[in-house]
Amino acid sequence: MPSIELPSPDASILARRNEIIRDLQSLVGVHCVIADEDGRRAFETDALTAYKRLPLVVVLPSTTDEVSKVLKYAKVNGIKVVARGAGTSLSGGALPSEDAIVVGVSKMNKVLEIDYENRFARVESGITNLAISDAVGRGGFFYAPDPSSQIACTLAGNIAMNSGGAHCLKYGVTTNNVLGVKIVLMDGEIVEIGGPFLEPEGYDLLALIVGSEGQFGIVTEATVRILRAAEGARPMMIGFESSAKAGMCVARIIGSGIIPVAIEFMDRPAIAVCEDFAKAGYPLDVEALLIIEVEGSEEEISDRLAYIASIAEELSPQAIVVSASAAQSARIWKGRKAAFGAVGRLSDYYCMDGTIPLTHLPHVLEKISEICARHGLRVANIFHAGDGNLHPLVMYDANKPGETDKAEAAGAEILKLCVSVGGCLTGEHGVGIEKRDLMRVQFSETDLAVQMRIKSVFDPDWLLNNGKVFPLDAVAAALARREAELQRATGAAAAA
Amino acid sequence: MDEILKPATEWELKSMISALAERQIPAEIIGAGSKRGVGRPVSAPVALTTSGMRGISLYEPSELVMSARAGTPLAQIEVELASRGQMLPFEPIDLGPALGAPAGIQTIGAVFATNMSGARRIAAGSARDYLLGLRAVNGHGEFFKSGGRVMKNVTGYDVARGLSGSWGTLAVMSEVTFKVLPLPDDVATLVYTGLTDDLAVELMSTALGLPYEVSGTVHLPAGLARRLKQADLRSEKKSLTAIRIENFTRSISYRKGRLKEALAAFGEPIDLSLEKSLQFWGDMRRLSFMPYEPTHLWRISTSPRMAAKLVNDIKRHMPVEAFYDWSGGLIWLETPASADAGTADIRRAVAIHGGHATLVRADHSVRGLVDVFQPQSPATERLSRGLKDAFDPLRLFNPGRMYATM
Repeated sequence: MPSIELPSPDASILARRNEIIRDLQSLVGVHCVIADEDGRRAFETDALTAYKRLPLVVVLPSTTDEVSKVLKYAKVNGIKVVARGAGTSLSGGALPSEDAIVVGVSKMNKVLEIDYENRFARVESGITNLAISDAVGRGGFFYAPDPSSQIACTLAGNIAMNSGGAHCLKYGVTTNNVLGVKIVLMDGEIVEIGGPFLEPEGYDLLALIVGSEGQFGIVTEATVRILRAAEGARPMMIGFESSAKAGMCVARIIGSGIIPVAIEFMDRPAIAVCEDFAKAGYPLDVEALLIIEVEGSEEEISDRLAYIASIAEELSPQAIVVSASAAQSARIWKGRKAAFGAVGRLSDYYCMDGTIPLTHLPHVLEKISEICARHGLRVANIFHAGDGNLHPLVMYDANKPGETDKAEAAGAEILKLCVSVGGCLTGEHGVGIEKRDLMRVQFSETDLAVQMRIKSVFDPDWLLNNGKVFPLDAVAAALARREAELQRATGAAAAA
Repeated sequence: MDEILKPATEWELKSMISALAERQIPAEIIGAGSKRGVGRPVSAPVALTTSGMRGISLYEPSELVMSARAGTPLAQIEVELASRGQMLPFEPIDLGPALGAPAGIQTIGAVFATNMSGARRIAAGSARDYLLGLRAVNGHGEFFKSGGRVMKNVTGYDVARGLSGSWGTLAVMSEVTFKVLPLPDDVATLVYTGLTDDLAVELMSTALGLPYEVSGTVHLPAGLARRLKQADLRSEKKSLTAIRIENFTRSISYRKGRLKEALAAFGEPIDLSLEKSLQFWGDMRRLSFMPYEPTHLWRISTSPRMAAKLVNDIKRHMPVEAFYDWSGGLIWLETPASADAGTADIRRAVAIHGGHATLVRADHSVRGLVDVFQPQSPATERLSRGLKDAFDPLRLFNPGRMYATM
């Protein structure tokens, strides 16, 4: 059995289920409410599939006003809410609870405005990540963050988790590419923050909202920065006999003054699986493979790739392959982006997401192998090497008793290792439920208190995406403190 | 001002703030003090400066990361970065000369606390985009950290970025960690002359819509161009619109050629040499053509397509000089000295065309009278007040600097 503790549902809410469904149906219409068990099953988990909870009821609003009505109703009635995009969270960020209304934004997926001259697009948040780039591709533009799940994942989810992707080495992550949002707060208030401007006004509320894991409000619209696409792009692959050498190569490329668009890393087990899936021509007899992409005109690309090859040559690589065609480039990226799915065809896996300072790469990779071997598990490493964001895939068999526990234990050890060398628990997947109980490895009680106070500003009753991000006992203590403060204040007022 | 507190260590900072909290004594929070004249006047018996906490604590060029104590002079950081062929990509604006303080004295903490970015922001992102982590003390007297030293980090809320641009009103930073990038090998600047503001915005937006990684787009109407130090540009006696590209030398010559072709309709540009290019963009960064005068200086953030209209609207009420950065997305507006700094007309124009305005330079008395920062909507006001209460419930830090009651 998976071991992360989930809060027990509020029996008084469960008892009112039928009444709540009727109220929601009259608020937003029967067609927007999913109440039957089969319908709700589709929402019981996200991409952290080991955890499942059947939601109280699911609402799929079509407008910001409907979201506002639902949240206001939930707030007045003290009902928890879990916001949901496409449910692709790898950290359990979208996991429902039995006593919570799931509010999905998937119906709100329209492009509202594209302005090439001023380089922004305004979209509804339920749009998929890739659909934004598709919509602006006509004008030669693109939306930069590109999580591997970009075909399915929504911008709403990207904003909640501050998602990254392979190409954020050059273009930044979600927070660097969102200019404004329309957000519905838990009391139903609709707030516009930022807009098609490059600067925030006043406090940078947008910086806090992006990456708040659906705990501050529900974003229904966003203004995003769109960028002119380069003339062309091409990847090359460099294979090494050891991860240490691959790590050194990455450091030397960046140290030389070149920032490629992407530098991706795969180890031998990962290469084999991805090649089998994508037939991209990955060299199979190497221990570590780098995929490095640069952009520009044909001539610029050739120049740049030749320069990178000259840096790599000093480390005696086992293979250097420059993509020979657009079709091969597409296959190289297809293999990389489908890596998780490809591993998933072979085995259950637990995908980690720690980030480390690059200089520690060889040491950390060695330790990861040791940790997994000690637990009797296999591991494939696939990650964004340019920014040190590791994705060890710890493979296990969910049907074997005890293996899930082992995988979780190995995962926790790996993340602690990342923090101990100066890194962090999660680079782009978010804390969710998965890393909630490890937060104290990275943060002090005060660090957590500072964050939890911000949560209370946006959602004083802690109704949004409850049970995620912070250790449950820390939340309970924070709420008790708040209750005591309120009582003191009321007491003082009464005395006066 | 009775007293200046100057902690040398994080521990001293924490104990000084705890002592202030215990006695409920508010403090003006400053770095080098070069931007002290920005914001509503702060009434506090004590000033606390971070300038005693200095020094670079971590620099890993191959990881593109640096940490420095908040009071480290920016100049020191830029020298250290340049020695390894790197830079702060967002090209922090130096407001010193425009505010009557020396150039080059501001601290790295203040750069992030005020989120001041220069011309390269249009391509590379702003100061807050490069802030990876910080250590700070809040108004509870608690020491805390946020973020870290790695490029990608979504562990917990993004408190570090949330504190950027808060002008020392939420917490006092003791150390900042930020991403850096390689210096470009070469720089080229194409300067188009004699364009109207409208046409200049069109030129700049067109340039940014081309795939040649333009890294700076500024427009100086004739009145400002006349004030430039560079004699050859000054002698044009026309408006100047500059497009910058930065890259490897071979790329630059190719891209320059393509840009000239694509922008041929706007005339034949002056092609600045490397040296003149660097000098030109250095002047942009220091706003050296908008020096300290008894006039007012506004900073207006808007959408480029609205920029020229917005300035024209204001011109109907007062004579102004407007410097367009970020293709028009940022307007530095010099307005005549007056009792209210033209606030009503400027805010009305901004409300019509979209965006927000901050009064950067004005007398003490004017700043006490008008809203210096853009007035907030009721909802954002409530959230901002909530944040102030969360970080600084006793109102110790820069009380009233951004908003009268906070």
